[in-house]
Amino acid sequence: MTDKGLTPASLTPASQPARASQRDFKTYLPWITTPALCLLLVAVWWIYIDVGKISAFILPTPESVGQAWIGLLLSKRAWIDTAMTVYATLLGFLWAMIAGVGLGVLIARVRWLEQTLNPFIVASQVLPKVALVPLFVVWFGFGVTSKVLIAATLAFFPILTNTVLGVKSIDRGYGDVMVSLNATRWQVFRRLELPSSLPYIITGMEVGIVLALIGAIVGEYVGGDLGLGHLLVARMNAFETDGLFAVMIHMTILGFLFYFAISLLRRALIPWHESARRGA
Amino acid sequence: MVMASARPLQDEIASAVAPREGLSAKALPAIRLDRVERWYSTRDGPVHALAATDLDIAQREFVVLLGPSGCGKTTLLRMIGGLIAPSHGRLQVMQRDLWKSGTRQADALSDLGIVFQDANLFPWLTIEENIALPLELRGVPKRERLARARTLTGLVGISGFETRWPYELSGGMRQRAAIARALSHDPDILLMDEPFGALDAMTRDSLNIELQNLWMQTRKTIVLVTHSINEAVFLADRIVLLSPRPGRIDTVLDLDFERPRLLDVQSTGKFQTIAKDLRHRLAEMA
Repeated sequence: MTDKGLTPASLTPASQPARASQRDFKTYLPWITTPALCLLLVAVWWIYIDVGKISAFILPTPESVGQAWIGLLLSKRAWIDTAMTVYATLLGFLWAMIAGVGLGVLIARVRWLEQTLNPFIVASQVLPKVALVPLFVVWFGFGVTSKVLIAATLAFFPILTNTVLGVKSIDRGYGDVMVSLNATRWQVFRRLELPSSLPYIITGMEVGIVLALIGAIVGEYVGGDLGLGHLLVARMNAFETDGLFAVMIHMTILGFLFYFAISLLRRALIPWHESARRGA
Repeated sequence: MVMASARPLQDEIASAVAPREGLSAKALPAIRLDRVERWYSTRDGPVHALAATDLDIAQREFVVLLGPSGCGKTTLLRMIGGLIAPSHGRLQVMQRDLWKSGTRQADALSDLGIVFQDANLFPWLTIEENIALPLELRGVPKRERLARARTLTGLVGISGFETRWPYELSGGMRQRAAIARALSHDPDILLMDEPFGALDAMTRDSLNIELQNLWMQTRKTIVLVTHSINEAVFLADRIVLLSPRPGRIDTVLDLDFERPRLLDVQSTGKFQTIAKDLRHRLAEMA
């Protein structure tokens, strides 16, 4: 047996790193695939109507939906409805944030409070919150207050549970560091607990903002004469299916914008966290 | 000055290791433990983590606490660091009581810097912000504390990484940053709880060399916990060997290898004899 030692070939790197052009391709892939899939969807939609002789009442053509949407964009009334829905969503979300983060920090920190409140939290978690909508209308009328409250109720729970999880997940080693530095209670909150639980809170906010929008819209179904939810029901009652689709598109874009705003917030507030790192 | 020496090692060690002359009794100790004891309450009743212990650690001394797991070495270090209170006894840091009627004393605490087994750098702070954290909590102005952080990154050998996030650094570099943070408020005493325990052997060797240089340069008192016999014999002026159930001082051992010690000292006969006897003693405990 002869020992030849390491040959030069065995010392060369096993694999070349991905070339720059390959990386670029992967980065820009969604910019090609997303519009392509949308076009495909519209094409299938069109063909389905054409071949299946579907009535415009059941499924309007993409063309008439597009026209209805442009009509929506040009109508002043639709923008007032949009503003109402945005108002109810954001105000409800704000209340949910204050209550959810505040109570979440307390529950995570005060053991007896958690034990006392937990059965009620679980009970209200499993209750389908939209069941409260008629009650809120009875209590708070057909105005915007009932919508704000419904939006807040729906957004509250994901924010609360994520805050509790965030505060409870603080690394004990970090706590030791703060104790060894003789940090005050406020310093521990400001320099450790808050930044450490921010990624969790933001995740709760991402879910919460979308639920707040749903809450506002469902509230508008039931009561009042304003808001995108009301507009949707009005289109249904008028048998304007293309208008129905247009309002749905409008709502979807709104939801996207809210979600996108929270994502921007994530990048701005927690650039250090895995979830905000590009391509990681 | 050597306080407890319950059971001495074999005679050969006693002859191999001459008592240290430098530590005269007239120098005031950096750390003084007077019948310090710790109990934990568990579901199965109270556990005696550390029996009443006396120990004096001189200023500028490098003391290593060595022992098997469960011997109370980390409990002892965490008590010195003010992270847990002694159940009984008196603990003084630079002649000041660390605890007074159940309250940690800020002045005694400010003489201590702690390095943990995990670097425990806050992931939402950059390296320089992490290093400057102790100064920030003390209200030092930003410009001043970041300048101090720059000096320290140079001292621990991570210059150029000031504005990086902790996740961008290797384990060894993170631990260097943790040492810099512990030094930032210029404490007299550095406490280290298995600081290199999670690192690979090569990184560990080079960090041990650098820790020795740092100690010789800064003249801090260092108390380091480890379960590595080689690390202990390589670094220590004095090894405090602890035995378990309950944790207590088994042997105190002075080492007089010349400084700065090089890694090669580990292959000398004297080093290996001491390491062997420590190994045997540890095996007897288990």
